[in-house]
Amino acid sequence: MPEDLISRVTGVIASTQKIPPETVTIDKSFEELKIDSLDGINILFALEGEFDVDIPDDAARSIRTIREMVEGIEKLLAAKAQAAQK
Amino acid sequence: MTHRVAVTGIGAISAFGETFADLWAGLAVGRSAIRPLTLVAPSALRFPNAAEVPDYDPLRHFDEKEAQMLDRFAQFAAVAAREAIRASGIEFSPELGERTAIVLGCSGGGKSTEDDGFHHLYGLKEPRVSPLTIARSMSNAGASRVSFEYGITGPVFTVSTACSSANHAIGQAFRMVRSGEVEVAITGGSEAPLSMGFLKAWEAMRVVAPDTCRPFSLDRRGLILGEGAAVLVLEPFERARARGAKILGEIAGFGMSSDAHHITQPSAVGAARAMRAALIDAGQAPEAIGYVNAHGTGTPANDATETEAIKSVFGPHAQKLLVSSTKSMHGHTLGAAGALEAAATVGALQCGLIPPTANFTAADPACDLDVVPNTPRVAQIEFGISNSFAFGGLNAVLMFRKPA
Repeated sequence: MPEDLISRVTGVIASTQKIPPETVTIDKSFEELKIDSLDGINILFALEGEFDVDIPDDAARSIRTIREMVEGIEKLLAAKAQAAQK
Repeated sequence: MTHRVAVTGIGAISAFGETFADLWAGLAVGRSAIRPLTLVAPSALRFPNAAEVPDYDPLRHFDEKEAQMLDRFAQFAAVAAREAIRASGIEFSPELGERTAIVLGCSGGGKSTEDDGFHHLYGLKEPRVSPLTIARSMSNAGASRVSFEYGITGPVFTVSTACSSANHAIGQAFRMVRSGEVEVAITGGSEAPLSMGFLKAWEAMRVVAPDTCRPFSLDRRGLILGEGAAVLVLEPFERARARGAKILGEIAGFGMSSDAHHITQPSAVGAARAMRAALIDAGQAPEAIGYVNAHGTGTPANDATETEAIKSVFGPHAQKLLVSSTKSMHGHTLGAAGALEAAATVGALQCGLIPPTANFTAADPACDLDVVPNTPRVAQIEFGISNSFAFGGLNAVLMFRKPA
């Protein structure tokens, strides 16, 4: 996973949750960061804006960790780049 | 002196049509009225379906001037109230009007009126909005309209507790009739939430199913929004009998609780406390209940939590209960939900026919109750409860009894 992608995603999570950026690390779970279901959809909303992607409901439901979130965004960005080439 | 409270009139407008008979005819055969959205362009949304009132034309119910004054939600309230009052056979004299209450639930108010006004302001960059915006969109517009039509000059108010609005409203009306504070109550709820701005807000919450509403199913993916209204006419048993009115059902109890827990996550403890409060209010043991019209939104969180709550209240008796969610057919109508479900529960007890949970595909171990999947069930049941649990953790449970 590219470092700059990780830091953008964790930055969005930190600013949405109003918590210090250094607390949001790749190996943390949502539970550890006290991110509940409503916080989760608020973070998805902010990430959609940051990366100009559309995160489907079903994919969103299964994400439990920061790592899964970064991986999900990475996949969506790859799909977007591929679509742009066509 | 307290009174037993009879239901002597029911009116409803829903995705099944513009009468209670239309609603009951659909529910009684387990037919879902969830269909593709037409009020807004569904291509702009993550979900294509809703439970709309089909082919609704305000001019069938109001003249042009009246229709202009009333948002869709307030029109629905008036349409359902007219049917309920007509069915009750009550004629309101000025004296009776003073002894009558109107208590209606409404969560959002005139969302499409607001949406339209703000579109002119922000979208079309016009400097002003219609002067009717406030009068059309305020949440009490429906209750006030009904008061004008019938000269109801007693207590008239609206209760707004999101998805529990109508149950809280009916509960207040029930208690006013039971205590003798009023002689008659007109109560229920109405909602018309299918405006683009409000639908977008629901889309962002990620709780609306992309297909249909499958309460208690393993593969449930969320709720389906709906619109409509239902109204009940309540009065003391002795009054109903003295005038020879047909008693359709009885409200036997009402219970409320607050989770004090989370703005959107449900709590089994809070939900259970409201069901217990309704049982205590009615003076009935859990074993007396035969049917639960569940809140049953079809979201992963609600249905499992509600199952846990039902099991904690009813213990081993939970496995004998028939539990169904009629939201699978009329959609989640928010501030009208408890009212449509009250109408469904009265119909179920009166007819001895339990409406099913439609669209059911596969059992979920976390929802291990008899959820009456897909097929209506013939069952003579004396007592049923109807659950409403709102965002904000506000729970309201009504208990109904089959007419004696």
